[in-house]
Amino acid sequence: MANNNKTIAAGVLDWVDARFPLTSTIKGHLTEYYAPKNFNFWYFFGSLALLVLVLQIVTGIFLTMNYKPDAELAFASVEYIMRDVFGGNIIRYMHSTGASMFFVVVYLHMFRGIIYGSYRTPRELIWLFGVGIFLVLMGEAFFGYLLPWGQMSYWGAQVIVNLFSTVPFIGPDLSEWLRGDYLVSDATLNRFFAFHVIALPLVLLGLVAVHIVALHEVGSNNPDGVEIKKHKDKATGIPLDGIPFHPYYSVKDLVGVVAFLMVFFAIVFFMPEMGGYFLEANNFVPADPLKTPAHIAPVWYFTPYYSILRAVPPIGISQFPGVVAMGLSVVAFAFLPWLDRSPVKSIRYRGKLYKRWLTAFVISFVILGYLGTVPGDVWGQFGPWLGGADRATVVARICMAIYFAYFVLMPWYTKKDQTKPVPERVTY
Amino acid sequence: MSENKIDNNCLSFCQPSEVDLQKRDFLVKATAATGAVGVAAVAVPFVGSMLPSERAKAAGAPVEVDISKLKPGEKMTAEWRGQPVWIVRRTPEMLAKLVKHDDQLSDPNLEVPQQPEYCKNKDRSIKPEYAVMLGTCTHLGCSPNDNFVETAEWPGGFVCPCHGSKFDLSGRVFKGSPAPKNLLIPPHQYLTDTTLLIGEDKKAEA
Repeated sequence: MANNNKTIAAGVLDWVDARFPLTSTIKGHLTEYYAPKNFNFWYFFGSLALLVLVLQIVTGIFLTMNYKPDAELAFASVEYIMRDVFGGNIIRYMHSTGASMFFVVVYLHMFRGIIYGSYRTPRELIWLFGVGIFLVLMGEAFFGYLLPWGQMSYWGAQVIVNLFSTVPFIGPDLSEWLRGDYLVSDATLNRFFAFHVIALPLVLLGLVAVHIVALHEVGSNNPDGVEIKKHKDKATGIPLDGIPFHPYYSVKDLVGVVAFLMVFFAIVFFMPEMGGYFLEANNFVPADPLKTPAHIAPVWYFTPYYSILRAVPPIGISQFPGVVAMGLSVVAFAFLPWLDRSPVKSIRYRGKLYKRWLTAFVISFVILGYLGTVPGDVWGQFGPWLGGADRATVVARICMAIYFAYFVLMPWYTKKDQTKPVPERVTY
Repeated sequence: MSENKIDNNCLSFCQPSEVDLQKRDFLVKATAATGAVGVAAVAVPFVGSMLPSERAKAAGAPVEVDISKLKPGEKMTAEWRGQPVWIVRRTPEMLAKLVKHDDQLSDPNLEVPQQPEYCKNKDRSIKPEYAVMLGTCTHLGCSPNDNFVETAEWPGGFVCPCHGSKFDLSGRVFKGSPAPKNLLIPPHQYLTDTTLLIGEDKKAEA
């Protein structure tokens, strides 16, 4: 009987395989995709990002079942979801927590790429697709944040859209075109809804697909930054240091998923607002175009770039330099593959010089991130000897200088760095 | 030498003969079962969110209908849960006719539970004069039209515009209609002689 079932299943599989590359796809991407066997903690975040993407899509679909993209109804419809829809509060908080956790895992995933040189040849395209995903994700987060139509939604969108009005010559017309009105209004909400639920998710899924296809074409990097394809078993052609993704890394990632979900649902159940970092208190007040809240700051994942925006002084009457600096601070990551001239990929074999630069960059990034969440005068002012400047602004400018120097000077310091010899094979 | 060591290492964990398959099988099943419980738990809010919300439930509460202005031989329509509920005040002549065409009906004896127990009688009603029924066809949910004008073949009733199902003034379906069942009678009760409560029947039972 069992034997009989097996032949039926095999028959069905043969039928499908003759018409669709099912078995070969599963082999190529899972059971016979050979990943380096020395993956560590840092390698959880790619699969976790995929998990969060699925969570966001599923919770998003269920939210759209009750959400109304209409300036008159949007705020009340979110409250309706929270209060009257069965399970609506859990679904909504999963979505809002998922947004922040998406950035948590993506930032850690990017940091992994930076420390192990995963952006280096032959993985430049994977990295570029990844930067694309990061940009689209920022767009997703920004458009999505307007939808609850609370005070922070409204004024956040107001500020970001007005950034475009600083573009010389076409700026004011550009921001008016983006809003579809003279102020952020129903038209803006409706189009942001379209971007958030249809346009960007489609782009995001496409980018994730090519990100993974490109990765599986060239093979994964690893904490040693050595190519496992250089040493293959002569008989089978399988990398000697490779193990099949399934079951070895699928099981490993499952452990990561369990740990992640424990943290995730602890937040969803017990602190969905995360002290104002995931959901700001002002966003529980309906949007009011006539009254800006006393303190307005973006959600935490945008704050490093927002700090850079604030730190750049206007030139003449133009705010544009600050906007350009903010844009560059995000796009800078895309240039890493061509800025890094080190003979080694992994931080394990880099010298002190690079490690100091990276440390300075991370510290600057965190300080900028913190400063973006607080008012500019949080640390008071310097004395008259510095013209009474805000301390926080001066610190932000120093951090911004380090942030950009990390990228701009990279060709110089990575070449000069005293690297260590790289092993032929992976170590673990 | 070091390459040898790595190869041996790989062999030791790739070699199937050294794997405790029973233990592995147990672990796979235990993991899958735990995962299934997790998925089922997370499915609860998602599936549940598609049920009628608290607002919909509140809107679906019983409705009071004043029937004092309904004249004999006329029909009025009340709205309950967004659906039409018909109240027909039948004349004694109409009631007399209703018992004469049982042989043309699909379910003259009300075997299919399309009515509360207290309406399982020859007039399908609490008070014979007033028929209360949900005005949606049991075929595919259209709302049938009135056709109270009697002819030799037609005792008066309702005809569905969608697929021609025919019902009498008690909402009983005629043979040959695509609709399989009699019109549904919602739970209802009389609060006073001229006030009907549709959607709740506790007092009627008591």
